[in-house]
Amino acid sequence: MGHKENAKTKAHGANGSAATPTTNEADPNAHLTTPTRLTGSEILWATLVGEGVDTVFGYPGGAILPAYDALRKFPIRHVLVRHEQGAAHMADGYARASGKVGVAIATSGPGATNLVTGIATAMLDSIPIVCITGNVSSKVLGTDAFQEVDITGITLPVTKHNFLVNKADDLAHALRQAFQIARSGRPGPVLVDITKDAQQATAEFDFEAAKPRTYRPHPMLHVDDSGLEQAAELIRNSKRPVILAGHGVMESRAMEQVRTLAERAEIPVGLTLLGLGGFPASHPLSLGMMGMHGEAWVNHAIQEADLLIACGMRFDDRVTGTLSTYATKAKKIHIEVDPAEINKNVKVDVALVGDLREVLEQLLPRISGRDGSAWLKTIEASKGAVAVRDINNLPDSGHLYAAHVMHDLWRITGGDAVIVTDVGQHQMWEAQYFHHDEPRTLITSGGLGTMGFALPAAIGAKFACPEKEVWVVAGDGGFQMTAAELATIVQEKIKINIAIINNGYLGMVRQWQEFFYERNYESTPLVSPDFVKLADAHGIPGRAVRKRSELEAAVKAARSAPGAYLLNFMVEKEDSVYPMIPAGSALHEMIRRPENDPLEEKAEDK
Amino acid sequence: MLHTFVAYVEDRPGVLTRVASLFRRLNININSLTVGRSERPGLSRLTLVCEASSEAGDRIRASLFKLENVVDVDDIAQAPSVTRELALIKVSATPRNRAQIFDLAEVFRARIVDLTSESLMIEMTGVESKIEGLIEVLREDDGRILEICRSGKMTMRRGHHVSSVVKAMGVVEGESAETEEEQVDEAAADEAV
Repeated sequence: MGHKENAKTKAHGANGSAATPTTNEADPNAHLTTPTRLTGSEILWATLVGEGVDTVFGYPGGAILPAYDALRKFPIRHVLVRHEQGAAHMADGYARASGKVGVAIATSGPGATNLVTGIATAMLDSIPIVCITGNVSSKVLGTDAFQEVDITGITLPVTKHNFLVNKADDLAHALRQAFQIARSGRPGPVLVDITKDAQQATAEFDFEAAKPRTYRPHPMLHVDDSGLEQAAELIRNSKRPVILAGHGVMESRAMEQVRTLAERAEIPVGLTLLGLGGFPASHPLSLGMMGMHGEAWVNHAIQEADLLIACGMRFDDRVTGTLSTYATKAKKIHIEVDPAEINKNVKVDVALVGDLREVLEQLLPRISGRDGSAWLKTIEASKGAVAVRDINNLPDSGHLYAAHVMHDLWRITGGDAVIVTDVGQHQMWEAQYFHHDEPRTLITSGGLGTMGFALPAAIGAKFACPEKEVWVVAGDGGFQMTAAELATIVQEKIKINIAIINNGYLGMVRQWQEFFYERNYESTPLVSPDFVKLADAHGIPGRAVRKRSELEAAVKAARSAPGAYLLNFMVEKEDSVYPMIPAGSALHEMIRRPENDPLEEKAEDK
Repeated sequence: MLHTFVAYVEDRPGVLTRVASLFRRLNININSLTVGRSERPGLSRLTLVCEASSEAGDRIRASLFKLENVVDVDDIAQAPSVTRELALIKVSATPRNRAQIFDLAEVFRARIVDLTSESLMIEMTGVESKIEGLIEVLREDDGRILEICRSGKMTMRRGHHVSSVVKAMGVVEGESAETEEEQVDEAAADEAV
């Protein structure tokens, strides 16, 4: 590996007589185990290499230039973004797709502040990323120097932790600790702000010595025999139980355990948006997504349940509707790694506070076979009427509905693709009509609901799993927020398929205006560029799709194209996502697709 | 209800901001906050008093623990504990009425720590109500109080030790003779008021 040898040669040259490491030039990892004198910039990259990082997403600038100057000596691929928000989202997408820590890097001031939306996105969804920012020299910190901003202050509430490093000596330790914090317990973003002089100064680099203290789990984690027994007892005695599976299922890699619990005790499983993929959609016990745009039968099942087993989810308001009317007949078991989530929104009867996988491993031996057929039949019966009115089951009238696009994408790809969505109506349609059987195949901004997330996050996901088929599914509004990253795709020569669900509106906002603001479509109609031409300007081929009949050929063209491809789906303009629970209503008080929906396809339309 | 948290935090820049920011985010007002060195090297001990719902205690404690620089958190709640506050009160006093304030100080077991021709400074340590009592009495004379400086509460559990250092030393938790003495002392002090 030429890179690594360069690094070492350079390091030795700069180091002069200070330390004389007797490294074996043939050992590519020698620089990690042998203490060496390096500049802060070199320490930065060497530590990242040591932590297993091979790709970073960033944008250079004055205060981070020393670090960029040293980059060429290390085996790390740097992806040049077009806006630092993209760098944070890419690191996020990389982390979500791979389960590893994503890394973003930016300069001080505006570079750093541009990361903030991406950091907050990762924070709300518990995604492990490490963001590195340069800052002005420590001598002028706090003087409003050029491009100086207090980024550790700014990001304090949206990071799990952050560091200001102003000495090269402290850098390796801070970075290693940052990685540990990002990936441990409930994961989250960590920012390391490094002053320019800390990058330029030299220090002894010893990767092993910079190892952080053994991770201390949250002291309030608590799983004991009596809690486990209570939980098992509740499960044994329940008539109408439902498992609520969240993002934690994936984060703690508890897919098998959740599945075993569901199968052994015949308990149906409802999923949160971020939980999709944690339990196979094709499984007979899968109910699909719950909450504001969840299917009627899921939400009814929750409202009728006598026991909820919440696994790695946090009873978000989009999942519960009004709390006072939420699942009032049900006892609740909450299995959760973050003690601060217990009894936050919903009072629970049994709290098992710990890593989901470990807790389930302890709980499962106490669970024996249980006959759940009566309850499953009741739920199945409640699907009937609803399923028939599902837009997907209506005959093709030639109109193009977003739901069709999602369904057909799923059908054509066989579900074997990583879908990265933006935020809004298309996101909910994706969740409803693209059935995810595998974890980490849906990447979406749930907690923060960040428009502009899809394109950069998909680039990150593609770097995490280059062998997988990656689709961006974005609305015409959100896509324009970060469309500049099209150029990044071209520069990095990566293959990503882009599906724009184009309805000429900020669709979800329009839907709220339709339902709750008397159709006052204030500032929601949206003029967009011709996305196919926009792609073309980047050298990315594409085509527009106006009818369902054109869809399959278009999707196939995109899939078989050697490089990136953009599809502009011109869907029904004023379609809405159904069912919908209005904010402030109970989970069962949902708005259904109206019988006389002017948009609904009818047999006679044919 | 009033919550009292005792926490050990790393003694380095920015840590207090993180603690304070947590309460800001939860929209909880901090009634009092005292910070100082502790028996553990590199760690500060803080006592934080705030008003929050009775169920909020666990969540606040859990959230405090989530801060990387916070090492230990104790929610004192209703547990037996000793709470003290220090107050410095400067009052105007001339040679003619000094004696009266000396008497007051005596009753409240306060000390006079500074004396000039026009003013004197009272130092008093005790429970909040005792300090309030002295201030109230001093206020009976309009314009007498010139300045008040109060430290905020400092709290320590009786018997039980928060410090893991002490735990590691194998000290058995529980009431000790000293504890009772403290109780008696406090009762006496309250009686004096």
